[in-house]
Amino acid sequence: MIEVISLHKKFDQDYILNDINTVFEKGKTNLIIGQSGSGKTVLLKCLLGLYNINSGEISYDGIHSSEMDSNNKLKLRREMGMVFQGSALFDSLNVLENVRFPLDMLTQLDIDEKNKRALKFIERVNLSNSLNKLPSELSGGMQKRVAIARAVVMNPKYLFCDEPNSGLDPKTAIIIDKLINEITKEYGITTIINSHDMNSVIEIGENIIFLKNGNKIWQGNNKSILNSGNNEVNEFVYSSKLVQKLKGS
Amino acid sequence: MIRISFSKYCKRKILYKQIFKEINDLVLDSIPIVSILSFFIGGVVAIQMALNLESPLLSKTLIGFATRQSVILEFAPTFISIIMAGKVGSYISSSIGTMRVTEQIDALEVMGINSLNYLVFPKIIAMLLYPFVITISMFLGIIGGLLAMQLTGVPSEAYIEGIQSDFDGYHVTYSYVKTLVFSFVLATVPAFHGYYLKGGALDVGKASTQSFYWTSIIIIIINYIITQLLLA
Repeated sequence: MIEVISLHKKFDQDYILNDINTVFEKGKTNLIIGQSGSGKTVLLKCLLGLYNINSGEISYDGIHSSEMDSNNKLKLRREMGMVFQGSALFDSLNVLENVRFPLDMLTQLDIDEKNKRALKFIERVNLSNSLNKLPSELSGGMQKRVAIARAVVMNPKYLFCDEPNSGLDPKTAIIIDKLINEITKEYGITTIINSHDMNSVIEIGENIIFLKNGNKIWQGNNKSILNSGNNEVNEFVYSSKLVQKLKGS
Repeated sequence: MIRISFSKYCKRKILYKQIFKEINDLVLDSIPIVSILSFFIGGVVAIQMALNLESPLLSKTLIGFATRQSVILEFAPTFISIIMAGKVGSYISSSIGTMRVTEQIDALEVMGINSLNYLVFPKIIAMLLYPFVITISMFLGIIGGLLAMQLTGVPSEAYIEGIQSDFDGYHVTYSYVKTLVFSFVLATVPAFHGYYLKGGALDVGKASTQSFYWTSIIIIIINYIITQLLLA
């Protein structure tokens, strides 16, 4: 579980995140939604520790970020997995080497054990037939699946996904959403997804936070979002004609 | 950047692998172009010397002497380094810059890996072998001059006598001191431009150009300072 308490983040003199208070629950797919420029990515990077916060607190299973020294922060980083928007696979490494990379870098396991663990997750994302392919030889959806396998190969406590289905066709996007959701349940991970895709919101949004101009406007789930009664949320949600139809039916 | 590159080391086995990869990409892959350039420019330098020393009062050994001095003191260490700022420098800045824009560096950081140590440190270590490339350049530059003289009709004996005359080992030391400093500049300045790049694919190209620009300027300024300190 990750708890965010009165978080503020500013760049120069502009506040990008204002007094964010929320809880991201364990074993659930938590979604941060909002329009471009609403502060989603900044919040995700604050949670990852890539950005320092200006004030407030982030608590990771009861351990406060302000009380952590650099060693503890490093330890925490190693309990995190991240799926980047562009997959961020290493160009010169094949699928197996990409997934095995965190194990190579951070563990003392022998090569057989590392291969066994990497293969287990590659199989989980249905890419056993593409072990020796380079990222450039994979489709966007396959690259995302490799990124997911690499993110979870260290058995992280926290999984972060930055718009995991952007640039994918709707069918592949659903496959990726479902895969993340299943892995979250299977391994009891606290998963936080940045998205502005309403399909994802409806499919897997068990805990949804809506941001606008750096403020948390609303929090709920995929059942309550269609009837939130909040104008700003409705404006975002019903900008999709598909959701308008869904509401109509 | 340099301080962080030399801290929080990645696993030794991984670093060795990276260092050998960088030796191949930065040093060994540079040998063909350096060899071709050095051989032909050595030849051109010798021909131009011969052209300017036509007076029968001047010994033909001066051609070999002047070619050797030009190649060892300036051409091999400095001008090859400026050419390397284009070849090695743009490779370093564009490869690291591409990793930056495709979030691969962020991925390393999220994993808790010191990305500067993983990406920049092996390049600095690999470039310690750069004087080996410059040695090849010196040798081939002088050989190029010898062959050019044979084709021009200047006796080989005079050229060889010239390259042996008044040899001062300190000049070679000066040349290698410069080369080692340049090797550090060649690894770090382009890495800086790539690592701290902001923007997209277009900016990778801009960073590459900027890195060549700054590496060349820094090399020329350092060249002057070292020459002032060691030879003046």
